[in-house]
Amino acid sequence: MSDVQTYPVTVTVNGKKIQRFVESRTLLIHFLREELNLTGSHIGCETSHCGACTVEIDGTSVKSCTMFAVQANGAVVNTVEGLANSDGTLHALQEGFRQMHGLQCGFCTPGMLMRAKVLLSENPDPTEEEIRHGIAGNLCRCTGYQNIVKAIQYAAAKLNGRTYQEAAE
Amino acid sequence: MIPGQFVYHRPASIAEAVAVLAAHGDEARPLSGGHSLIPMMKLRMATPEHLVDLAGISELKGISQQGQTIVIGAMTTQADLIKSDLLASALPIIRETSLQIADPQIRTKGTIGGNVANGDPGNDMPGLMQCLGATYHLSGASGERTVAARDFYQGAYFTSLDVGEILTSISIPVPPAGHGYAYEKLKRKIGDYATAATAVILTMADGKVATCSIALTNVSSTPLFAEEAAQLCLGTSLDAATLKAAGEAAKSISDPAADGRGTAEYRREMAGVVTARALAKAASRAMKGA
Repeated sequence: MSDVQTYPVTVTVNGKKIQRFVESRTLLIHFLREELNLTGSHIGCETSHCGACTVEIDGTSVKSCTMFAVQANGAVVNTVEGLANSDGTLHALQEGFRQMHGLQCGFCTPGMLMRAKVLLSENPDPTEEEIRHGIAGNLCRCTGYQNIVKAIQYAAAKLNGRTYQEAAE
Repeated sequence: MIPGQFVYHRPASIAEAVAVLAAHGDEARPLSGGHSLIPMMKLRMATPEHLVDLAGISELKGISQQGQTIVIGAMTTQADLIKSDLLASALPIIRETSLQIADPQIRTKGTIGGNVANGDPGNDMPGLMQCLGATYHLSGASGERTVAARDFYQGAYFTSLDVGEILTSISIPVPPAGHGYAYEKLKRKIGDYATAATAVILTMADGKVATCSIALTNVSSTPLFAEEAAQLCLGTSLDAATLKAAGEAAKSISDPAADGRGTAEYRREMAGVVTARALAKAASRAMKGA
């Protein structure tokens, strides 16, 4: 199949400009994981349901298993590998997931973190209900979501200069 | 879960897109948000040889008001609909409906044009567009034409859209200020298609229904414009007997398939329930607005 047509793609991934030639049918998740070796974004269901492949594209949340890499030409893409602060310290969300036990097996975590990042950029101080609706496209089969919600509340508090206070149960 | 090979096209204008689609006929498919087509391609249930990505066509995007009509470009995403201040004030039922479609990531990519043109009976916008009396603007090699949303759907995935034609925009007459509205969708979980759903737009005068429009989602192979149910409501205060009669009228035109959401009987019953709920909610909003 030496005559397979490829297409030029230029994307900025985690701040770095990347130029590659890709097959039209290459899904963005495969491009990130196999071409760029960014294996933080996970392939869960492959059917647009689970959200483990969620990345940030031009400031929005996208399931990268349901988009071709060629469609991302010209876009700014951020994955979980680019989430930590440049000095190596954890992003407020990563810190929140750690402090509040927002993960168990960790498979959904990259997608949860990247979805939560965009959620907090659009709505810096969400209510619990807004958080739950905001992560409705990300499935977690371990935590029951409670600690993920708390982790996002922790991050929102920190980014707003407050200390997170757990609500009494 | 890797799609078959295809040639990728990214036209910059409607004219260019239509020309590429015309050149390849049945072997080409337009790509809008891709959240119906790409999953089908991954399953190899759709194997287009040419994919015409409409994302680069700026004239297909945006929401504007022209007199008493709202015009929405086909490539306007669900997220754009939700964020629009113009729609929030003039046509709040669109935001209410969009928020009940899929999940945030999918609403980032999913477009109103793709939702209405795909002909999937599970999609929510077709019924809403029938309720609102919307008009679809189509463009193809032989020119432009318009088709009413109420005439567009012929069967599951079978619409008035000809091969090579694309839907470019939707025009919607603005309902009167103070109208009541509701999109009531019964679903098993967030992201699911409707077990049954109903869109209602109505106006009230002196506590009585003055105008009323009702359409149903996912209880037949096409959306259903429920004309008789709406007629029954006119001149009433939407008392319990009227709500029951309108629900019965909605049930009588429903013909749902049995699926994971329930038996055909259950889903038909739910078409009546959500219709009564939507009417009651729309009426209470109209009363508050008055």
